[in-house]
Formats: sequence, C-alpha cells, structure tokens
Amino acid sequence: MTAVTASDAVAAPRPKYGSISKSRRWALRWSYFFLVLFAIFFLTPPIYMFITSLKSSAEISAATNPWWVFEPTLENYIELLTQNQYLIFFRNSAIVSVCVVSITMIISVLAAFALARMKFWGSATLATGVFLTYLIPETLLFIPLFKTFAFVRDTTGIELMNHWWTLIILYPTLTVPFCTWIMIGYFASIPKELDEAALIDGATWLQTLTKIFIPVALPGLIAATIFAFTVSWAQFLYPLAFTTSTDQLVLPVGIVTTLIKGDVFNWGQIMTGALLGAAPPLIIYAFLMDYYIAGLTAGATKG
Amino acid sequence: MAQVSLRKVVKLYDQTPAVRGIDLEIADKEFIVLVGPSGCGKSTTLRMIAGLEEITDGQIAIGGDVVNDVPPKDRDIAMVFQNYALYPHMSVFENMSFGLRLKRVAKDEIRRRVDDAARILDITELLDRKPKQLSGGQRQRVAMGRAIVRDPKVFLFDEPLSNLDAKLRVQMRTEIKKVHQKVRTTTVYVTHDQVEAMTLADRVVVMNGGIIEQVGAPNDLYHSPQTKFVAGFIGSPAMNFLPCRIEEAAGALRVRLSDNLSFPVPEDRTARYKPHAGKTSLMFGLRPEHITEVPRHVEPNQHPFEVTIEVTEPMGMETLVYFTIDGTEICGRVNPNAGATDGGKMKLLADLNNMHIIDDTTARVL
Repeated sequence: MTAVTASDAVAAPRPKYGSISKSRRWALRWSYFFLVLFAIFFLTPPIYMFITSLKSSAEISAATNPWWVFEPTLENYIELLTQNQYLIFFRNSAIVSVCVVSITMIISVLAAFALARMKFWGSATLATGVFLTYLIPETLLFIPLFKTFAFVRDTTGIELMNHWWTLIILYPTLTVPFCTWIMIGYFASIPKELDEAALIDGATWLQTLTKIFIPVALPGLIAATIFAFTVSWAQFLYPLAFTTSTDQLVLPVGIVTTLIKGDVFNWGQIMTGALLGAAPPLIIYAFLMDYYIAGLTAGATKG
Repeated sequence: MAQVSLRKVVKLYDQTPAVRGIDLEIADKEFIVLVGPSGCGKSTTLRMIAGLEEITDGQIAIGGDVVNDVPPKDRDIAMVFQNYALYPHMSVFENMSFGLRLKRVAKDEIRRRVDDAARILDITELLDRKPKQLSGGQRQRVAMGRAIVRDPKVFLFDEPLSNLDAKLRVQMRTEIKKVHQKVRTTTVYVTHDQVEAMTLADRVVVMNGGIIEQVGAPNDLYHSPQTKFVAGFIGSPAMNFLPCRIEEAAGALRVRLSDNLSFPVPEDRTARYKPHAGKTSLMFGLRPEHITEVPRHVEPNQHPFEVTIEVTEPMGMETLVYFTIDGTEICGRVNPNAGATDGGKMKLLADLNNMHIIDDTTARVL
C-alpha cells in the first residue's frame, strides 16, 4: 500500500515547494562565509605579532611592507629568553595560574555540588548570590582590597602588598563565583535519579561527587578549568595595582612595564613576549579539547 | 526474611499531605504493586521505603527493624528507576558492580555475582558496553541487574517500564515476573498502569489521594472492589456507572436505571441491598465485559435490553459498543460478529451476577 502511494506522489507533477537539500546547501555556504570572515578577523592580530616578532628593530621602524619579513631574525626571542626578567615573569605567572586553578576548582566543585544537590535552607539564594558577586566590577574592589591589606598588615604584621603570591589569594575572588555558577549548571543537569541510585548503592556524598558527578560533568569541569586558567593568566588590573617590584611581576604587567620605557616601545620584544605568553593557554586548550567529549551523559537515562 | 511494614506513615510537603497515614504489611518474598493515578502518593511511599524521602510521621520497618532514621545504603534495598539511572561513564559491568565495589566485596565474588545476574537477565554479552550503546530494554535489564547483584532484602521498582514502548513493556513485564520467580526477593513495585499491576502482583495496593483504597489479590480487586474508585480504576475499559434506585415490589427488589429500564436484583443480593431501597444517592456499576450480545443460552440473572448503538470500536477479538442511558454513556463488549453497527438498534445482555451498587455519599461498594 505504502509503496504504491509513494510512487503515485512521485509521478504527480511537482508543485513549487522549497527544497530541504537546497536550503541546507545555502545554510552551509553562509556558514562557511562567516567562518572565513571570523577566522581572518581573529587570526590577523596573532599573525601580525608573529611577523613582527621575527623583525629587527630597524626593520620594524623602516617603511617596508608590514606583512612581510625581509630579514628574518630570532634576536627578539634570544634576547627575551636570556633576559632573566622575562623568565621570572613567566615563572610567577605559571605558579600563580596553577595555584589559582587548583584552588578555584576545589572550592567551586565542592560549593556547586552542595548548592546544586544538598537542598538546605537558603541554598537557592546563596547560589544566586554567588553569581551576583561575579557581576561586581573588579575595579570597584581596589580600595576595599587596599584597606583589607592594610588591616591585615596592622593586625598580623603580614605584608600582602607587592608579592606575587598575594595574587593567588586575589584571583579566586574573580574565578570562584563564575566557575561555581558553571558547575551548578552542569551538576543540575545530571538527573536526580543518578545520585539517588548512588546513594542506594551505598556511596557517601563525597563518593557520589568523585565517582559519579565529576566524571559525568567532565565537560563542564574542563570548561571551568579553562576559564579559571584564562582569567588568572591574562589578569592585568590586579597585578598592576598590587605588585610593583620587577621580580614580583606576572607576565602581562611585566611585558608592559619592562619593555615600554618612557615613550620608547620595544615592539619586537613586546610582540615576542606576548606571543610566547599566549602559548600556554593555547597548549592547554588544545590538550583539554581532546578530553572534552560532548554528550558524555548520553545513555544515563531515557532520552 | 524481609517483610516490610508501614504503620501510620504520613508524608507532608510543606504542610501539603502526599501520604495520609497508610498501614501496609508486606510479607517476605511477596510481590506487591502500588498502583494509582499520578499524585496518589505511590511513588512517595516507595521513596520513603527506600529512604530517599524522610517520613513525617509513622513507622517503616524492614525485616523487623525500624528504619525511619536509617540512610538508604544501610537499609539493604535496591531500587530500579523509571529512567534507569545508569552511570553513563561506566560500562555495564562497572554499573552492576558499583555497589559491591563500594562495599569492598572481593573481586572474584563481584565477578561471580555479576555473571550470575547477567545470565539471569541475558545480558552477558553486554557487560563491556556503555549505557549509551544499549537500547531501552537492555538498559532496563542492566538497571535490574544492578539491583539483583546486591542481593538485597527488598527490591523497589519505580515505574520501571513507563519509558519503554508498548511491545517491549509487555515483554519486560514477563521478564520481571520470571526474575522474581527465580530470586524470590520481597518486591515493591510502583506503576500507574493497572494491567501491569494485575499481571505482576501477588497483592495489589490501590492508592488514591494519599490513602490506600484497597489491598487485595488482583482477582479480588477486579471482582469485589470495595470503593467506587477501585471499581472504576481496575479494569479496562473502565466500569460503567449509572445513577440508580432500588425499588421494592412484592417482596422482590428491582434496580431502576431509567424510567423505562429496570432489572430484577439477583436473589442472593436481596438481603444486602434491601436496607438501601428508596435511597437517591446510589450508583449502579457494571463492567463493559458484562454487557454483551445475547447468546443462545442465557444464564439466570442475565437480562436482555434493547439500545441504539451510537459508536462501535472494533478491536479485532471484540467490538466495543457505546450507547447512552439517560444521558450517561455506557460501554459494552460484544462479539465482532454480533452485527453491531453505528446508529443501529441492538439487543444486549446485562449480566447482573457481576453488578455492583455503590453508595455515592460514602463512595463505598455495598
């Protein structure tokens, strides 16, 4: 029966309908057009940085084609990497970022689990509150933070100003709220029956978190890690305000303060420093993307 | 030995009662099905037995021990959820052995138990797969396997078949019954599907509005419902209800359904219905299967009457016929060859041996 009806339909003169394959083809064309456009837009600056980093100071200031290197040289790289300061900045940034990411993930995963699953009095308000703190601009916090530092110095004698490790305490105030928020979202998307099943299977809350929630919410965990790392690696305002000595600086501030002397911009080294500084986040993205397996929860429940 | 007993169990959600003081004794090895419409408190009751919901008032005991304050993991129960709740990142083997691994059971013991359960459920070849590589029915088997390997005192099933398609549901229903016959563990099973309840249960508990309407063997519920709700809930299509009056004339009783339709009450029921003669709040109940075409041989207490059929629904093995008596729609089940036609007149037979009279003010079957 069905076959007969189908062939009848084919034989009948076709009315002018749209075509699914045609509209899909057009959608694809437009997608590629914009993809290429965005790729050009976002790749131009790093490519320009790379080209400039291979030029000598003389070639940079000469009126030649800025998109071509006539006499490629590695002198910027050699100078930057043999200069002690750049490596100190790099080390400071690395230690700060690794510590901040660790602290952030421990706090926000535990907090998110509690807020998403252990329904207690005020948990919903607290969850919103966590997110609201993220919305406060960091520049507003300079004066309160200076005051707090002064208070800490006066009461305990511990000087928090001008130390790179102070940033390890400071950055989580930026990263924890947002990461907690991301993780609450991911944890909330895990079906309730999954932790109930674990509970009946005999898991404690902590075992439920480590053996069920963290593996299932791994994509979210990675997203939060990437966010925390990016924030702490690229943070500019806090280190600019709270660290001053050269040996206490982190990468973004270090490059700007040591490679710009008065009105003299050492463009070659600035570009090289920025390029090398951008490498760790790139490597981490590339590495973690392999583990970012979307749809990991597929099959947990009906759907 | 694992009997489960619920005594005066109450559950309030912010002062809204979900379960209003139920008493239930479940014997060891018994298969109990809690059935009722959504919001009747059946799932809440199950979750209270599991320990996933706190009890507002009353007492729950498993195997003689009161477990009101015992966390789920120490109650020695296993639960199968409606949406399977398999751990998506673990293989079937890991899913099934998760509870045992947490209890630090020896490795070869785990292997043995998982293999046994897998054999019972016929999922041995699936042990290395991840849940997402399984079909709905296979996932449900794994969820059952996870319960079986624990060898718990009580199995709890929370609408385990609701997510499966109709054909698979019937298949898995039989499967569950077979598994219970093999492992003989006390089972509490929640469903809203009365067919599931009837086919699986040793005893069915019909719940409505947070209370137990009736507890009984499937056939008892079908033949002797105690309340109007049970009478209407068990059986498909549902029992027909019609306002009626009991009339007394010359020592015999008649049940009057409309101005021109009345039937004599079977003699064995006369004494039971006599005190209610003349009451205006009575309902007459008769199942569609007891309204049939007129056969060649008519038994006592079966009475023919003529109606105009409004709609017929051929089902293959039978035809459902719909007609109205005094504005109330009535359904009957007749033989497909009985000649029922839309809009045609037909002689039907009411089997009053299976009639029920309900007092509408108390909603109880007399």
